[in-house]
Amino acid sequence: MNLTTALARFLIFPGLLFAVPAAWFFLWVERKAVALMQGRIGPPFMQPFYDFIKLLGKDTPPRSGVGGLLMKLWPLIAVSAAAGAVGLLPVLPSSGGFEGDLILLLALLELPSMCIIAAGFSSGSIFGEIGSAREAALSVSYNVVFLLAIVSIAASQHTFRLEALAKLPASPMLWLGVVAILVCLPAKLHINPFSLPNAEQEIYSGPMTEYAGPELAMWELSHGLEWVAATGLVATLAAPHLTLWWLAALVFVALSFAVVLLLSVIAAATARLAIDTTVRFYWQCTLIFAVLAISSALFMRFRS
Amino acid sequence: MNLWNRLMCYSRRRSPWLFHMNGGSCNGCDIELIASLTPRYDAEQLGVRLEGSPRHADILCITGPVTHNAVNAIKTVYGQVCGPKAVVAIGSCPATTNVFIDSRTLDGPLNRHIPVDVFVPGCPPRPDAIILGVAKAAEILAERAAKKIPIDPVVMPLVGPPCNGACACSTPNAPKSTEEQP
Ligand code: SF4
Repeated sequence: MNLTTALARFLIFPGLLFAVPAAWFFLWVERKAVALMQGRIGPPFMQPFYDFIKLLGKDTPPRSGVGGLLMKLWPLIAVSAAAGAVGLLPVLPSSGGFEGDLILLLALLELPSMCIIAAGFSSGSIFGEIGSAREAALSVSYNVVFLLAIVSIAASQHTFRLEALAKLPASPMLWLGVVAILVCLPAKLHINPFSLPNAEQEIYSGPMTEYAGPELAMWELSHGLEWVAATGLVATLAAPHLTLWWLAALVFVALSFAVVLLLSVIAAATARLAIDTTVRFYWQCTLIFAVLAISSALFMRFRS
Repeated sequence: MNLWNRLMCYSRRRSPWLFHMNGGSCNGCDIELIASLTPRYDAEQLGVRLEGSPRHADILCITGPVTHNAVNAIKTVYGQVCGPKAVVAIGSCPATTNVFIDSRTLDGPLNRHIPVDVFVPGCPPRPDAIILGVAKAAEILAERAAKKIPIDPVVMPLVGPPCNGACACSTPNAPKSTEEQP
């Protein structure tokens, strides 16, 4: 891949030009699905866009010193990491050169939640600190499953190259990994039943309590981009390998949309769980997934 | 106005985020505010979202006649809402202190402490009246942010169906007083 295709992938598809409207669209789908399941009509189609523009035009409280600078920095790091993760997704078939690898993608996917933890602690608000502590506990418990699932898919193929992983033939091993990732996504995206880090009305807004105006707009955008990146990861793993680029793009968008719909319906149908239940859920139930995945990966390696 | 300002004005009108604060209310107005978000009234169609933190809000909704204990909290929260902002006083209590008038625990009405943009009368006001008031406040907020006009409180009209005659007050042969009863 030369520089122009790399730039095109980062800036156009599946990068910023696609990802930002997709982020707003997914945020709308989430709210609309909840509204429809509650028998309401729900927000208009452009609502996340209006919210974003309005937040850009609001004042921020004065912040001074290193703490203030850090508070301004966290949302920007989160947005750029999430955008980078979307840009790395191997949606389109490419030709040689740097194609990104799984470890970079995982690191970029993890950065926004690190930023949320740091943001809550640097805001100095008690509610922010409670939210950050919950986020940290949550990320320690779901990440074990998430990483084991992805690593076992990679280990069965002897590679960390994204391009090769996108071309995986469908196997029970792959499906097991995809299901394990799907179980982790509600926690990664902070939606019900695992919405406790930003448990609104319970601990105000968790780590976001002190944020206002453009900074909050950046957090909303990074949340939307996380949606695109996380559902896109599932879509690229689950999609069949296609050589026609437009067909590949279409399948990618359709699969991402299906995952968003599934997660939104789960979010609307469940209530928030307490932190101990959540942690127990991830450590007990989903470790089973990961153990199965790792053992079958080893089995496939020894057989091949 | 250039395109960006027009878009900003439009977005501000379409996305009012609320922070709800109780200034010593009897809880009647509070449940009506929540009722305006339920499926029957569905204020989210206007982009209304009830926020957990005053920092995120555009519109501060205050209920209750403002007790001595609530004054400082109201002033603090008003300061925490980032501009451009608007205040909606929900119910007759924050406007006039209503049935609690002359109570020694009160320090109302609300506009002695913070500037109020919209008064929604009623005890309690109907959810549709509250939604109307919030929409009006969002309009005022967008206009004021664009043109820097001074705060001029608006009193919303009473909303709701007229008395349908089901209650005792309008039934012609209802007992008027205890003496008339056998
Ligand atoms: S206006 Fe009426 S319902 Fe509302 S707080 Fe006052 S007394 Fe209660």
